[in-house]
Amino acid sequence: MATILVAMSFSINTKANKGKLIIDFNNYVGNEILKLDSAVYKNEAGQSFSVTNFKYYVGNFHLRKADGTEYISSDYYLIKEDEQQTKQIMLNDIPEGNYVSCTFTLGVDSAHNCSGAQSGALDPANGMFWAWNTGYIFMKLEGKSPSSNLSGHTFEFHIGGYKYPNNCIREINLKTNNLIISSDKTSSIEIKTDAEEVMKTPVTIDLSKLPSVTDSRNATIIANNYMDMFSVLKINNEK
Amino acid sequence: MRSKLVYIILFLFLSVLIFNSFIDDNPYFKITSDDVILTIPKGFPKPKYNFKNNTITPEKFVLGRKLFYDPILSKDSSMSCASCHQRIAAFAHIDHALSHGINGLIGKRNVMPLQNLIWKDAYMWDGGVNNLEVQPINPITNAVEMNETLSNVVNKLKHNKVYAEEFKKAFNDTIINSERLLKTLAQFTGLMISSNSRYDKFVEGTIQFSDTEMNGLKIFKTKCANCHKGTLFTDNSYRNNGIKPDTSLKDKGRETITNNPEDNNTFQVPSLRNVEMTYPYMHDGRFRNLQQVLNHYSNPKNFDKNYDLSLNKIGVLSEQEKGDVIAFLKTLTDKVFLYDRRFADPNMK
Repeated sequence: MATILVAMSFSINTKANKGKLIIDFNNYVGNEILKLDSAVYKNEAGQSFSVTNFKYYVGNFHLRKADGTEYISSDYYLIKEDEQQTKQIMLNDIPEGNYVSCTFTLGVDSAHNCSGAQSGALDPANGMFWAWNTGYIFMKLEGKSPSSNLSGHTFEFHIGGYKYPNNCIREINLKTNNLIISSDKTSSIEIKTDAEEVMKTPVTIDLSKLPSVTDSRNATIIANNYMDMFSVLKINNEK
Repeated sequence: MRSKLVYIILFLFLSVLIFNSFIDDNPYFKITSDDVILTIPKGFPKPKYNFKNNTITPEKFVLGRKLFYDPILSKDSSMSCASCHQRIAAFAHIDHALSHGINGLIGKRNVMPLQNLIWKDAYMWDGGVNNLEVQPINPITNAVEMNETLSNVVNKLKHNKVYAEEFKKAFNDTIINSERLLKTLAQFTGLMISSNSRYDKFVEGTIQFSDTEMNGLKIFKTKCANCHKGTLFTDNSYRNNGIKPDTSLKDKGRETITNNPEDNNTFQVPSLRNVEMTYPYMHDGRFRNLQQVLNHYSNPKNFDKNYDLSLNKIGVLSEQEKGDVIAFLKTLTDKVFLYDRRFADPNMK
């Protein structure tokens, strides 16, 4: 009887003990921190380029413990390089414990692409929305490159699409072996988002041949590229 | 028990009083809760848009109506939705082949009527829009229509005292955003239901058709109803109806959405309800009247090479047959809908 009581009180306690997690998105190009407009980078194809705009949707976060139990937050966030406050998101009410992985969606799931007018991150007024062919633009990478033959030597990748065979929603799975959430404390994960990956692995993008992807044509090529642009830089556990 | 009843009556009485103070005095433009009840007409299928996350209220409907008729939605405040969607034409644009925009700009497609929209899950001639609520973003942002940005429209509404008041009435708080703008518009356009034509009364058995109309119906059922199907008079599919593309318009039709060459020059089969009023016809408005439409379908030699094979059912129609079909099509005119005061321009009062 006593052990049952102890076990019960223990489970009640763990249920009540919750902490927070900050996820910090740090945009990079290769090993350098992304700097809009002025910095010049080289892509995999050896072409120099600068970045004028970088935005993407993330959401539907799943934090998983070793025993398989999950914490889920189904919200979506729009990360904008030119708005510092958008790059840091906060997940609340996470049961304490050790989490081994963090999974999230890059893009917007199909239900939210079909749900009509929405607000917040999914407000179509944010400019990440195609009106004529309904759906969210999951990722925008725009810039300039002497290799591009578009007017102004610009390039632009506007990637979206939730329908087969042009589905560009990608699930990102990051290992977070030493992430610990403690009661009433705030841990954090620093994530690196490497914009250069949009143009490489598996397919090296040649900006002289493909300076623009703005509808379903070629979109999955870019989606397969951006799939691996995220990695964990650092985990800070507040205990 | 009795005192409870008194309270309830008092509460109801007060709510009615408060409610009445919100709406205008002119009974023609007054929208009551009875006016915004969604009733599915007999014989109609289950709607695809169901207002589940957009509960209709008189205040929200009135706000949607105001927005629909307000040029504030366009970049230079010169055009409203109603500029191209006229009530008397079942909200199509009478006698205009292609859509008009600000600064005299001309689009590449004919304005579609607005009716029975909640039975669709794909809007526009190419079916690119998947939800009634997000449809208005297209005319608002299209460079050859209203040429405005959604965020700027919201901004203008936020700085407008009348709208601050109207949004507050509708939502009980001061938030103005695109979701609310679009949802109230969907309430207004979603309730545009046409189901009271002479044809509907004929189906009910309350009126009889003339011999001409009867014969027209018979021809229609065997030759046209394959695509213009059922009580909505469309199967919502995309087809090449045999008209040769107008190359100057560079319109790929459904292919614009799917990037599938097989969909080139296919367009959504439009409903034929109120077709008498929605002239001119076809996605590019090339035919001025129904006679020209019937002449086209009755002339297979002139069809585009990739025409939809259902057209083979039509064959060559005699002048008599064409006239009978047109007489039948005119029974689809729904004056109850066309003169429904709920959809009238509130600025007329």
